[in-house]
Amino acid sequence: MTAMPVRAREPRPQRIREWSGNVGWAVLTWVVGIAFFTPVLWMVITAFKPESAAETWPPKFVFTPTLAEFHLVFSGWGPFVTHSIIATVGSTVLVLLLGVPAAYALSVYPVKHWRDGLFFFISTKMLPIVAVIGPLYVIALKSHLLDSLWLLIILYTAMNLPLAIWMIRSFMLEVPGELLEAARLDGAGRIREMTSVILPVISPGLVSTALICMIFAWNELFLALNLTITNAATMPMYLISSVPQEGLYIAHLSAAATVASIPVIIVGWLAQRSLVRGLSMGAIK
Amino acid sequence: MTVVEDLAPPPKVEVRPRGMSRREAWQRRLPLLPALIYVVVVTQIPFVVTLWYSFQNYFFDVPGGAHFTGLSNYTTVFTNANFRASLVRSVVMTASAVIVAMVLGVALAILLDRKFFGRGVVRTMVITPFLVMPAAAALVWAGPMLDPNFGLVNWLLQPFGVHHVAWLSTQALASVIVVMIWQWTPFMTLIVLAGLQSQPPDTLEAAKVDGAGAFATFRELTLPHLRPYIELGILLGSIYLVNAFDAVRLMTNGGPGTSTTNLPFYLYQQVNYAFDVGGAAAAGVVTVILTIIVATFALRMFARVFQFEEAKG
Repeated sequence: MTAMPVRAREPRPQRIREWSGNVGWAVLTWVVGIAFFTPVLWMVITAFKPESAAETWPPKFVFTPTLAEFHLVFSGWGPFVTHSIIATVGSTVLVLLLGVPAAYALSVYPVKHWRDGLFFFISTKMLPIVAVIGPLYVIALKSHLLDSLWLLIILYTAMNLPLAIWMIRSFMLEVPGELLEAARLDGAGRIREMTSVILPVISPGLVSTALICMIFAWNELFLALNLTITNAATMPMYLISSVPQEGLYIAHLSAAATVASIPVIIVGWLAQRSLVRGLSMGAIK
Repeated sequence: MTVVEDLAPPPKVEVRPRGMSRREAWQRRLPLLPALIYVVVVTQIPFVVTLWYSFQNYFFDVPGGAHFTGLSNYTTVFTNANFRASLVRSVVMTASAVIVAMVLGVALAILLDRKFFGRGVVRTMVITPFLVMPAAAALVWAGPMLDPNFGLVNWLLQPFGVHHVAWLSTQALASVIVVMIWQWTPFMTLIVLAGLQSQPPDTLEAAKVDGAGAFATFRELTLPHLRPYIELGILLGSIYLVNAFDAVRLMTNGGPGTSTTNLPFYLYQQVNYAFDVGGAAAAGVVTVILTIIVATFALRMFARVFQFEEAKG
């Protein structure tokens, strides 16, 4: 039984009602979508305003766009963006180096208490980092790591590692058993099995894992704000510094916020599907 | 798109959990050890140190270092109205933001699950708030959006009789929660949408043939199917939002007064303005204990959502 003949027999008015209902829902969805997007759009629009046009009543929608504020951002963000990139890439590389073997030991040839292991990792995500910030500061101070990029890399790795292990594990579980079987019959040891079978198969998964880790590290503010001053201050801190005590700053802030957010927005747009899987820690495929 | 249902029996290759040789057991354990040791060292040592400092009197700005004070930090924590108030505020903020975001998320997911012109574009617009750097979102809301004199929100609400409301001083808590909801609704939408799209179409078709109305179908079929997805969204959203700091710090700085001070911001103040490491540590230990209680339930929920079998003792 197909839907088509049923539909053809429907009386005319009902079809019209159905059609207008569909249009109504579509319009509603568009309106809600635009409402959610408006603050982002307003941020980008404001970023192109000259400072004098950004703080007016009523708000200006017609103005001569200028790149002045972007130029200002690009001349001032140097150290911040460098620190952010180093902390983000550094921690993500470390996460993958530690996470891939761990995920392997929890999936392909699981250790005896693999379930406990998985739950231990995830439980560390639930312990609030804010609770230890004071002692963390003291530890960092005494080990001469305060205000250093190493500190951020170490902490961001710990922050993302549980998530990465869960996610990579979910990809490893999908490696077909026959492939592993075949490799073993060819006499491959575990290391070769890993490099020549598992890693190639899960490499798209590793890319989306890396993307998720990078997003979280790039956006992180709490640890950076508490544990760095100048030598390791990151992009979120640059944003804070773009808000001065006095004077007009709205256009400048908007330009800085746009620049800081754009990388993640683009990555997220392109990788919508892996985003879902990553954010659910591999639970949703 | 489906929730992984078979995490319980992972190995497709021969496993010998029992009677495994020592060599084999170590071969399996070895790859796990670096990550395990790393996480234990980096996440557990600070907690041990926190426990130690919670019994010490230690202020950054007072020379002489730490000395033992017994339980006095804890007495202070339990008698401190600010700590209790910020704890309650954290719960209120997290719960209201997560619940509203989930309700909106379900509604949006249902809207986005239909086929219509420009669906991909709308979905992309909807998820974007989640991708904006939280610090950027907080500052953009505080300035260009909510400013009493030139903010877009006041302009948009003008036809409804709103005139230059200073949202961040009169409606501070609500404003912060709105921004959290704005950032987290897309997350909930994505998770629920994945759930909707994994629903087998033939059961819905069958319900339609049987003459079930849209609402009955939703309540009897779709909602039970969505349940694990909704639980997962609430769980993960809570884990992140209970630590919410950026919006509070950058929009209201915990104020006016302490009206938006949640636990993370309270602890941040203890360390950064009061220099009270001992007091913050005691408050931290209490926070951790409370978290462990909540997390025990959360972990059970996790186990159910991921359909692990109950671990044996």
